[in-house]
Amino acid sequence: MAPHTEQLTRPAVRLRGLTRSFEGRTVLDGIDLDLPAGQFTALLGHSGSGKSTLLRAIAGLDHGVAGGGRLTAPERVSMVFQDSRLLPWRRVLANVLLGLEGKDAEERGRAALTEVGLGGRERAWPGELSGGEAQRAALARSLVREPELLLADEPFGALDALTRIKMHGLLRELWKRHRPSVLLVTHDVDEAIVLADRVLVLDRGRIGLDLIIDRPHPRSYREPVLGEYRERLLAALGVTEDHA
Amino acid sequence: MTTTTTAVAASDAAELPQVRRRRRLSPGRRLPAARLAGPLVLLVLWAAASAAGTLDTGAIPAPWTVLRTAGHLWTDGTLPTDVLTSLERAAYGFAIGLTAGVLLALASGLSRTGEALIDGTVQLNRAIPTLGLIPLFILWLGIGETFKIAIIAIVVYIPIYLNTHAALSGIDSRFVELAEVQGLSRFTFVRQVVIPGALPGFFVGLRLGVTGSWLGLVVLEQINATSGLGYLMFQAQNYGQSDVILVGLLIYGVFGLVSDSVVRLIERRVLSWRRTLSN
Repeated sequence: MAPHTEQLTRPAVRLRGLTRSFEGRTVLDGIDLDLPAGQFTALLGHSGSGKSTLLRAIAGLDHGVAGGGRLTAPERVSMVFQDSRLLPWRRVLANVLLGLEGKDAEERGRAALTEVGLGGRERAWPGELSGGEAQRAALARSLVREPELLLADEPFGALDALTRIKMHGLLRELWKRHRPSVLLVTHDVDEAIVLADRVLVLDRGRIGLDLIIDRPHPRSYREPVLGEYRERLLAALGVTEDHA
Repeated sequence: MTTTTTAVAASDAAELPQVRRRRRLSPGRRLPAARLAGPLVLLVLWAAASAAGTLDTGAIPAPWTVLRTAGHLWTDGTLPTDVLTSLERAAYGFAIGLTAGVLLALASGLSRTGEALIDGTVQLNRAIPTLGLIPLFILWLGIGETFKIAIIAIVVYIPIYLNTHAALSGIDSRFVELAEVQGLSRFTFVRQVVIPGALPGFFVGLRLGVTGSWLGLVVLEQINATSGLGYLMFQAQNYGQSDVILVGLLIYGVFGLVSDSVVRLIERRVLSWRRTLSN
C-alpha cells in the first residue's frame, strides 16, 4: 500500500509474540504488531475475538491474566470506554480533571470541554448529560492528559446513529489537532473504514488482515471506492454479502 | 399539498372513532401535606372523644391534660434534667458507635488484612442480639453511665459498619478500571472514587443507627436507670400517671422525628448529585 508520512516511522506501540489466555483458552495467539506514532488504527473482530483483551493488554489493565510476549507502549495512555464512565458524584469538570495535577489543570480541563463542545456545562452533573454529551466529556477527560496513545473500546457502540455520525467527525477532528496514536476497537466495519487510516482484523487471536486505507478525509459512507475495502474486510471477518 | 392532506385527514376522521382518554390507573397527584393528614385526624378524634367523655381518663388522658402535665414537669425542673440526661446518653453512645462503625468499615473495606480480621468478628457480634449483652455489661462496667453508653454504641455501630462496608467493597469495577487508566494514586482513588461511591450506603447505615440509638436508650432507661426520660416513665407506671407516660412518649417521638429529619437533610445536601438520577 501507499507509503506514509515520515512521522509515522517511530513506533508508538510494539507487540512481539503477545499471548494471552483465560483458563487455558488462548485468546491472543502470538501477535506481532507495530503501531506507528500518530496513526489512526481501527481494530475489527467478532465478539470474543480478543479485541478487548488486546486493548486491555496494551493499556496494562489485564491483571492476573496468563500470557507472555513483549509489549512496549508510550508513557501517556488514555482510554475511552463504551460507557462514558463518568463518576456520578463529580461534576463534569471535576470528572475531566480526575487524576490531573498542576496549577493549570482546571484551565486545561475547561479548554478540553470547550473543544468537545461542552463549554458552559462544567458544573453539570453527569446524570444531567445525554449519552452523546457524556461521551464527549469522556473524550475531553482522555484528551486533557495529552496522550501519546488513545485507546478506544467501542466508544460509540451505545450511541444512536445520528449522534454517532457527529462523534465520528469530532473524534477525527480531535485526532487531527492532537495527533495521538489511536487504536479504536469496533465491530462496525463502516465506522472503521470512515475513521481509520489502517484497519486490522483480529481473527482467532491473530491479526488476520492488515489494511491501509489511503483515502482523503472526511470520508463518506457512500464513496464507491470504500466499498472495495468494505468487501475485503467483511471477507476477512467471514461475512459474505449477497448482492443478488 | 397542504389542502390534500387536510382533505384526506377530514374524510378519515369521519370514519375513525374519536380517541377517548384512557381511565387513569395510577393514584394521581399527591394531596398537599399528605403525611400530616393521618396524625391530625387521629389527634382530632382523640380530642373529640376526650371532650365527649367517652375515654377513660385514667388510661388515656385528654391531649390538654398531657400538655398541662408537660408544662408542670418542665417548670418544676424534672423534665429538663431527665431529657438532658437521656440526650447525653444517646449522643455519647451514638458518637462512639458512629466513629467505631466508620473506622472499622474503612479498615475492613479498604484492606484484605483488615477484612480478614474485622469482618468475621463483626458478623459474629451482629448475630448476638445486643440487648442480650446487658447482664454481662453490667457485671463488667457497673450499672452507671458507661455501660449504657457502651450498649447504645454497639447498637449504633453495627448497621453503620455493615452498610458502609458493603458499599466500600461493592465499588463498581468499571470505576476501578477507570482509576487505573487515569493513573490515580491509591490515596486519591480511595478519596475521590471509593469513599464518595460508598456514601449512599453509609447514609442507609446512619439512619438505621440513629433509630437504633433511641431504641437502645428506651430499653436501657426503663430497666436499669435512676434518671432519664425512661426512668420518669417507669416511675409514672408505678403511680398510674398515664399522662406522664404520654409526655415521655411524645418527647421520644419528637427526638426520633427531629434526628431522622436532620440525617435526611444532610443526606440530601451531600448526595445532591443523586437527584439528577431519579428524574
